[in-house]
Amino acid sequence: MTESKEKEVEKESRIKRRKKFTNLSDIEIKEIYTENDIENFNYAQDLGSPGHYPFTRGAYPTMYRGQLWTMRQFSGFGSAEQTNNRYKFLLNHGQTGLSVAFSLHTIYGIEADNERALGEIGKEGVSIDTLKDMEILFDGIDLSKISTSMTINAPASILLAMYIVVGEKQGHTPDQLRGTIQNDILKEYIAQKSWIFPPEPSMRLIVDTIEYCTKYVPQWYTISISGYHIREAGSTAVQELAFTLADGFGYVEAAMERDLNVDDFAPRLSFFFNSHNNFFEEICKYRAARRIWAKRLKNKYGAKKPESMRLRFHTQTAGVSLTAQEPENNIVRVTLQALAAVLGGTQSLHTNSFDEALCLPTENAVKIALRTQQVIAHESGVTDTVDPLAGSYYVEWLTNKMEEEAEKYFERIEELGGVIPAIKANFFQKEIANASYKYQKEIENQERTIVAVNQFQLREPCTTPLLKIDEEVAKQQIERLNKIKAERNNDKVKETLEKLKGAAKGTENLIPYIMDAVREYASVGEIIDALKEVFGTYHEDSVF
Amino acid sequence: MSKERKIKVLVCKPGLDGHDRGAKVLARTLRDAGMEVIYTGIHQTPEDIVNTVIQEDPDAVMLSILSGSHNALCPVIMDKLKEHNIDDVLVAVGGIIPDEDKPLLEKHGLKGFYGPGTELKTIVEFVKNNLKR
Repeated sequence: MTESKEKEVEKESRIKRRKKFTNLSDIEIKEIYTENDIENFNYAQDLGSPGHYPFTRGAYPTMYRGQLWTMRQFSGFGSAEQTNNRYKFLLNHGQTGLSVAFSLHTIYGIEADNERALGEIGKEGVSIDTLKDMEILFDGIDLSKISTSMTINAPASILLAMYIVVGEKQGHTPDQLRGTIQNDILKEYIAQKSWIFPPEPSMRLIVDTIEYCTKYVPQWYTISISGYHIREAGSTAVQELAFTLADGFGYVEAAMERDLNVDDFAPRLSFFFNSHNNFFEEICKYRAARRIWAKRLKNKYGAKKPESMRLRFHTQTAGVSLTAQEPENNIVRVTLQALAAVLGGTQSLHTNSFDEALCLPTENAVKIALRTQQVIAHESGVTDTVDPLAGSYYVEWLTNKMEEEAEKYFERIEELGGVIPAIKANFFQKEIANASYKYQKEIENQERTIVAVNQFQLREPCTTPLLKIDEEVAKQQIERLNKIKAERNNDKVKETLEKLKGAAKGTENLIPYIMDAVREYASVGEIIDALKEVFGTYHEDSVF
Repeated sequence: MSKERKIKVLVCKPGLDGHDRGAKVLARTLRDAGMEVIYTGIHQTPEDIVNTVIQEDPDAVMLSILSGSHNALCPVIMDKLKEHNIDDVLVAVGGIIPDEDKPLLEKHGLKGFYGPGTELKTIVEFVKNNLKR
């Protein structure tokens, strides 16, 4: 081959499929990364050993060689009886922790028979009104042997109180209980929108749970600071990273304002991230998150214990990435997303079921999702060594880049006066709305490919079997609630609710008052209504 | 309708479902397509929606429901519209609506069902071509 011919071949092979390669945060990706891209790289400072500051390589020294992540499938639908059966099914198939999805009326603190609950009972999660429902939900499941994550926010303190009381009835003291309440109200205002009270009293309730659990339920994770919903609402990976950690800083500052010692509560804060389609971007997001958190806790908040600086997180694969078209392809998407979470060092993982763009998952789809995790854990070999991607020019460059971009957002949030003023100014909401609109446009313009949706479409009719929620569930739930109200000591209920209201007007910790009301079988709705009288409700001006 | 007047669309989130990404993207898309768009925000009861329809007199109402409550909520909304003799407004629904639920919703007067993966221009065209006035 002549020299000119050789050059021509090389030129041809460099013709690109696209003008510009960008990840989902719109960060431009170069053709190749070299040592020049991580010029000032310092192993001890930037990475450290796994389990050591700044925790970039992992939260624990031996990671999955010591212990695999917890396989925790988020689940809940219909009645407490139906969900109890699903939990037993999952535990029998090797799941190692429970994760409770609650019905929307429970999430908003509305009783099952309220007209605003029309059509919602048991549709997105298990319907819980009173302690009775929680007793049925965990019937035959020893609460001292499992850990339970509860995805509940505005009424988190009430559901935690119910869980503690169910534990008591099983003969366990609160210090034996292990689990998590999501309890992350800031991301509700930002993204998921299941708020009840205004931000300030909501933050008080959260600090109340932190203070109470630190004393009495020491194995409990008091907040699961969540980026998942921010991402699902349409943010980029960088925004998910930045907004979630900013929320975390907000909680730390709120607890410190009550004179709680950072080293007493910070080890019980955990995180919850999304895992979306861009493989390396997700991995670097998790690595950057650990490093940012560690630095802040140490340098800004004065944490002394390594446990306070160590960011641990749960991951769920991206629900929004699931397609209704050829839903079986979602199994492959979920596998890649789950693998990214594992390579990013997640402590627990939920893999979505392939049919979730169509309905709540069927038992078969849930089983495949759990099997996906088991195959990664036991067959792929990726768990044999810790943080296997460390030192890759690209991975280290992108980890740095994610951190830099997040820092820019922290500055903007600070300029606005912190997280709550930024929420009130619709800052996050606008950023997310812009990002989601842009993403959708890119798909419509074929700048991003979604297989079988905007390319390679076959348009075959969908034959996936769907899970249907029986409308009878609502009727039965209302009947049970009425029965409880007829049987309980209503004078006692009234008395405990009045005491709760009195305490809410002051500054006392509200958790003991909530526990007293729960024990008398006051409903979530009644407790929330009592607090609404004191706290008021929040209203959002929607932007699009 | 006269050519000068913009198509007026009400985008609504009925029920307790807070998943408003789709509703917001749609609202912006319809606005960019030259329509006048009002977005109600989340947590709207059927009554709230019908009251807004009476006040705003839109040409089309786009409901967004991802919680599975469409079979309970949509018929109530349609019945309340009928009670107020409103029969010239196009009402469509987007979200997670299984095929087998569509006949019931059609019987109540809904037209147009848009699930995940729908191209936005399809919905814009649908609104333009299916107005009842």
